[in-house]
Amino acid sequence: MDIRTTGGPATAEEMAAVDGLLGEPQPVHHHLAFGGRIARAQRHMLLPVLHAIQDRMGWVSRGALEYACRRLSIPPAEAYGVVSFYARFTLEPGAGVTVHACDDIACMLAGASVEEGARRVPCLGLCDRAPATLVERVGTTHEETPTPPREPPRPQGQLLRRVGLVDPLSIDSYRRHGGFVALHRAREIGPEAVIREVTEARLLGRGGAAFPTGRKWESVAKEPALPHYLVCNADESEPGTFKDRVLMENDPFGLVEAMAIAAFTTGCEKAFVYVRAEYPLARARIERAVAEARAQGVIDLDIEVRRGAGAYICGEETALFNSIEGRRGEPRNKPPFPVQFGLFGKPTLVNNVETLVNVLDIVNGDFANTRLFCVSGQVMSPGVYEVPMGTPLRDLIDRAGGLYPGRTLQAVLLGGAAGSFVTPAQLDVPLSFEGVRGIGATLGSGAVIVFDDTADMKQVLLRIARFFRDESCGQCVPCRVGTKRQEEILERMLHSRDARADVILLGDIAQAMRDASICGLGQTAANAIASGLAQLEVLND
Amino acid sequence: MTDVMLTIDGREVQAREGSTILDACRRMSIDTPTLCQLDNLTPVNVCRVCVVELEGSRVLVPACSRKVEAGMKIATDSERVRHSRRLVLELLASSVDMSLTSPQVHGWMERYGAAPSRFGAVATVAQPPKIDNELYVRDYSRCILCYKCVEACGVDAQNTFAIAVAGRGFDAHISTEFDVQLPDSACVYCGNCIGVCPTGALMFKSEHDMRAAGTWDESRQTVTETVCPYCGVGCVLELHVQDNSIVRVSSPLDNSVTAGHLCVKGRFGFQFVQRRRT
Repeated sequence: MDIRTTGGPATAEEMAAVDGLLGEPQPVHHHLAFGGRIARAQRHMLLPVLHAIQDRMGWVSRGALEYACRRLSIPPAEAYGVVSFYARFTLEPGAGVTVHACDDIACMLAGASVEEGARRVPCLGLCDRAPATLVERVGTTHEETPTPPREPPRPQGQLLRRVGLVDPLSIDSYRRHGGFVALHRAREIGPEAVIREVTEARLLGRGGAAFPTGRKWESVAKEPALPHYLVCNADESEPGTFKDRVLMENDPFGLVEAMAIAAFTTGCEKAFVYVRAEYPLARARIERAVAEARAQGVIDLDIEVRRGAGAYICGEETALFNSIEGRRGEPRNKPPFPVQFGLFGKPTLVNNVETLVNVLDIVNGDFANTRLFCVSGQVMSPGVYEVPMGTPLRDLIDRAGGLYPGRTLQAVLLGGAAGSFVTPAQLDVPLSFEGVRGIGATLGSGAVIVFDDTADMKQVLLRIARFFRDESCGQCVPCRVGTKRQEEILERMLHSRDARADVILLGDIAQAMRDASICGLGQTAANAIASGLAQLEVLND
Repeated sequence: MTDVMLTIDGREVQAREGSTILDACRRMSIDTPTLCQLDNLTPVNVCRVCVVELEGSRVLVPACSRKVEAGMKIATDSERVRHSRRLVLELLASSVDMSLTSPQVHGWMERYGAAPSRFGAVATVAQPPKIDNELYVRDYSRCILCYKCVEACGVDAQNTFAIAVAGRGFDAHISTEFDVQLPDSACVYCGNCIGVCPTGALMFKSEHDMRAAGTWDESRQTVTETVCPYCGVGCVLELHVQDNSIVRVSSPLDNSVTAGHLCVKGRFGFQFVQRRRT
């Protein structure tokens, strides 16, 4: 491949940023001798390299991108396609300090206003601190500072029992709180027994799709192709969801141990944790926990922490694989499924953070089948709450302190932007997979956003429509154009006197998106809006 | 290779294992609309106009890439299929100038009752054409983002990688790096992107100029098949001739030498033929 670069040289600082990650470039004769094979095999380093440039310089210049392309043997047009896909990377020079200001649903309800000069971003996963910002300072020491928590994290239930008690920076502290007991037992009883226990516990995936975890593990373990990869999906981007952040920030060794068990059980040689860009603290703590666990010889699994770059779609498992491989986060058509053809085309086990952490309790014999819910919006104490499956929604809202004094409930959005609205009359719905199905809803990622009588539901629906238009990857027609039309028509009808024709139009678009989109993003992009139009009184006629 | 049995529109059919639902539909003469599919390219299944209903599947499946499996029950003309095909065509035509697509595409729009104007005044991808070289024009107001040109420029034919999809969502578009002009890009002017473009977004400069002058008239054009005179590969050329001048060059998709793809010489190096003594 002939890589043509015409943009002029990179600056010394840009080159230093790239070389700092990839090492010093090899002399030309080395490249000639090996035909660029070694460079091409590093394609998957494109996103880390782009982050290194962005963190150091505050933007990705043409010279810097082309230098990265030469180092990794990637055609510049393709790399430009990648850098322009992810919201975190900027192609214009920026200020040394950037304020990423969230104006998504929970922050909007808290009166977020995006100041001039700030970057408007979708949900930062800091809904318990709304209105939230993430302040980023670029340079040789790159710093990211999120809005601080209002209260220190507190332990609760089973999955969160160590949160706030264990020192997230100390492996000894984790050991004192029962750490690595499950890993030892898993090694004693062997992979087949672990899979059997996970299957018998009937654990369902907690990322949103609720696929039986035991079945997935068994499929990957049985795949003859090698190597197997383990991917922990920590790209928690569903608006209103922040449970995985709480787990990773406060109990990082728990996730590391659970990943070691998953990899041992399913024969994975290498593991990745794909943490969304907006979670710098979670990323740092997982990285540190991995390093410490490996240094002490507690695990021998190679776990690499990868950083997302501002793309909701990368929470979709196949888009996530493409992102790790250094490509645009476009979902793949399924089948083939990840268990056969996943990361780098190999059998891959991909599990959400909460799902993995549950495995510790299963192996230890104290699985409680509780579920984490992220309660945000107009409640007294927004936060993550662990409740038994089947807990009525009403009780969950009470756990979160209930509504502000003097307010009445207008609606609850269950499952985030891809979820659906629940009315005050449906408040006794049990929060279990079957329970919510009875009212046509899903638990999704566990997001519970509460709206009282002061909330402007029209603005909420428009924000959801804008979210999907922003986050559609653009690959397939139903979603690329459908999310755009959905936003345009919704905006129009919320201000019109007679919206009947537009209701039909939106319904037509919704059905095509649901039926014909490639992935779950497009398939669910109309859910909340359709449910809002049906359940809430937002239309003028 | 073994065969599998499946049912399409109530008829039992035999299909080669590893072939696609689209292959089976074509063998049964079921006219299936396609936009991003081409026999000489890897299926990307992005346009979704070929979707069919597969019993047991929650969503519709793309016929162009989904492999046949024994016992599949498929409906190609159900209400859901017709609805999605109609919407895909409507959504595209409401945002893109599709006037230069093939008559077949217009036939599908009619068949599925696509009425793009019903969305009202909405955003489009309208923009001026990019004319930055003497050989071909890129008019992205006609681009449906079928990925074919990117595939032809990349591993499916040319391995030049001068263009890729950039941006995302409704703003996704085909671009060189940093949107530089073609002469500053890696483009080698093989024109294979023109050869696969279904909408006229990529077009010979000669055709573009004649259309602008109002002299382009396909009814007056003849096609002459010949062999490229340049190197020894022996690529088959189709010379499109109007008024005794070559106005466009293509190669048949099913040709064993070219699979429809040419190089800059075969595609654009025809001027010597028409250099006439005065």
